[in-house]
Amino acid sequence: MIKYNHEIIFCAAETSYCGAYFKEVKMSLDPKRKAYLESLCRQFRIDVIETLHSIQTGHPGGSLSVCEILTAIFFEKARFDAKNPKWPGRDRIVLSKGHAAPMLYRILAELEFFPKEDLKTLRQAGSHLQGHPSPNHTPGIEIPTGPLGFGYSAALGMALAQRLDYPDAYTYAILGDGETNEGIVWEAAMSASKFKADNFITILDNNHVQLDGPSNVIMPMGDIHAKWSAFGYNVIHCNGHDVEDVCDAIDEAKAKKGMPSIIIAETVKGKGVSFMEGNNKWHGSAIDDESYKKAMAELKGGALDA
Amino acid sequence: MPKSIRDAYGEALRKYGVPTENVIVLDADLSGSTKSVLFAREAPDRFFNVGISENNMVAMAAGMSTCGKNVFVNTFTSFLTTIGACASKALISYGKLNVKLAGAYAGLSGAYDGPSHHSLEDIAIMRAMPNFTVFVASDEIMTDRITKYLAQEHVGPAYFRLSREAFPQIYSESDTFVPGGSKVLCEGKDAVVFSMGFMVSKALEAAKKLKAEGIEVTVVDLYSIKPLDRDTIVKYAKSTGAVVAAEEHNVIGGLTSAVSEVMLTEGAYAPLESVSMPDRHAETGKYSDLTKKFGFTAEAVEAAVKKAISRKGK
Ligand SMILES: Cc1ncc(C[n+]2csc(CCOP(=O)(O)OP(=O)(O)O)c2C)c(N)n1
Ligand SMILES: [Mg+2]
Repeated sequence: MIKYNHEIIFCAAETSYCGAYFKEVKMSLDPKRKAYLESLCRQFRIDVIETLHSIQTGHPGGSLSVCEILTAIFFEKARFDAKNPKWPGRDRIVLSKGHAAPMLYRILAELEFFPKEDLKTLRQAGSHLQGHPSPNHTPGIEIPTGPLGFGYSAALGMALAQRLDYPDAYTYAILGDGETNEGIVWEAAMSASKFKADNFITILDNNHVQLDGPSNVIMPMGDIHAKWSAFGYNVIHCNGHDVEDVCDAIDEAKAKKGMPSIIIAETVKGKGVSFMEGNNKWHGSAIDDESYKKAMAELKGGALDA
Repeated sequence: MPKSIRDAYGEALRKYGVPTENVIVLDADLSGSTKSVLFAREAPDRFFNVGISENNMVAMAAGMSTCGKNVFVNTFTSFLTTIGACASKALISYGKLNVKLAGAYAGLSGAYDGPSHHSLEDIAIMRAMPNFTVFVASDEIMTDRITKYLAQEHVGPAYFRLSREAFPQIYSESDTFVPGGSKVLCEGKDAVVFSMGFMVSKALEAAKKLKAEGIEVTVVDLYSIKPLDRDTIVKYAKSTGAVVAAEEHNVIGGLTSAVSEVMLTEGAYAPLESVSMPDRHAETGKYSDLTKKFGFTAEAVEAAVKKAISRKGK
């Protein structure tokens, strides 16, 4: 079913880039499927906050903002086999903003890459769930990420190498907006464009907050649509908290041939927990008991409303 | 409870850096973690947060220093000494520039974040760059004094290894620290432990326990890894005849290497045992769990001392 709508996506007020984009909204997901994915996202948020509270370490803000992006990729769009994670023809998924590993691990567990019980051990000595993604520890991880920017070039490398052997496989790379401060991101972008990596789909988790503060204060990136476009990308915008919209954006990216695509997904850092939303304090702070109770009430309350 | 090394550093950078007009401070979106934020609040016009761009930051610092500035560069040392390595070598080291690299979260102190955020190779990297002075913080007071020295006296490239953690207090207000210096913290005839950073307090603990067993150990803090106090290394290697090097670093390229280079080239032959990271990565975990698991403990130093003594004359 395809419904043509004109949806206006406004960038959040604090961003230095303020444009409006009209795009066609295709209702590509079956409504039941969409409701299911939304209920998964609700549960993922609850579980991630529960885990991060119990271990008193880890990054809540960027885990909450990337939830629908990862859900759309892993549950709808990417091809892989959790029972055979090394299948060479698989799509590659690289969470370049590796600090959002808690959400990635929660999703990998749902897909049975490893047992859900393991999530409790996150970040503890002896766990296979390292603070940042590590392929030698955790099934479903392609390459270590954590030092921001490097995962992006690595992902491009995968896309270009895969194209030689498996031309129908895609590589998905997920960037943080602060991460795009790194020069290496733009070096990778030049290469992606030069080598016409149309099997390389970048999703920017554009939550407008980095570690020390709001992104437009710490390092204003200006007109990012124009920047990516000038670097030779097909630039697509979507609401990063609408699973269906993310899916549609991925379809649009796949349809574009001869150049790489980036999906600028508008998101909110700490999405779903009011006091974490848009607040850099919750980039990587341990969750105290009182905040935990409040967060749970909000996240679970949301589940009852639905 | 002593202040954490990062708090001591941030406080000292504020205290001595703000009134020193030519001090400039840079950070790459980690000022809340490195504590350079304390300087930033009081001297915002001399503070530059460059966003997440370490490569740019270190080269920028090089340029600033050529205009008469004393530039402090702050970020996790796991990125500073790797992403920043080319500018450190080709610009700062080669150009003999007045840049102070403050290596936050060294050793395993990036604990939960895992090996990509740990730094067990920084000394190996920075020690190999000509013209750099290299210091390692072993307690709060030393951190304060060396930061003061770097802000107000030292001109030229320097690397200062810090930590996220609090270390037991070793020094008193009257202690002084200079390039090429070391501190002999206790003297014993049976063996010597050369140590740096977190492992200095572990070596002292070990010396205390060994004393109860009748084994007398000298403990030296080689806080100036470069220039290195060669005379003290030779003196105690010769007088005790059993040497231990204890460092929160890879066994390759750090304190163990530095000590053994001096011993061999100076002919101070003695058995040498190393308490360090065997050539491998650690893993994610709580700092105290990791230091235990990977043997950065007083027990490990004790065992190494006994082993070195047992090898005497063989
Ligand atoms: C090379 C590098 N420099 C610094 C850091 C420390 N760091 C981790 S996350 C972060 C902020 C990231 O902001 P953003 O990319 O916007 O991520 P998100 O908001 O999605 O959490 C920083 C500075 C790092 N991991 N890697
Ligand atoms: Mg962000």
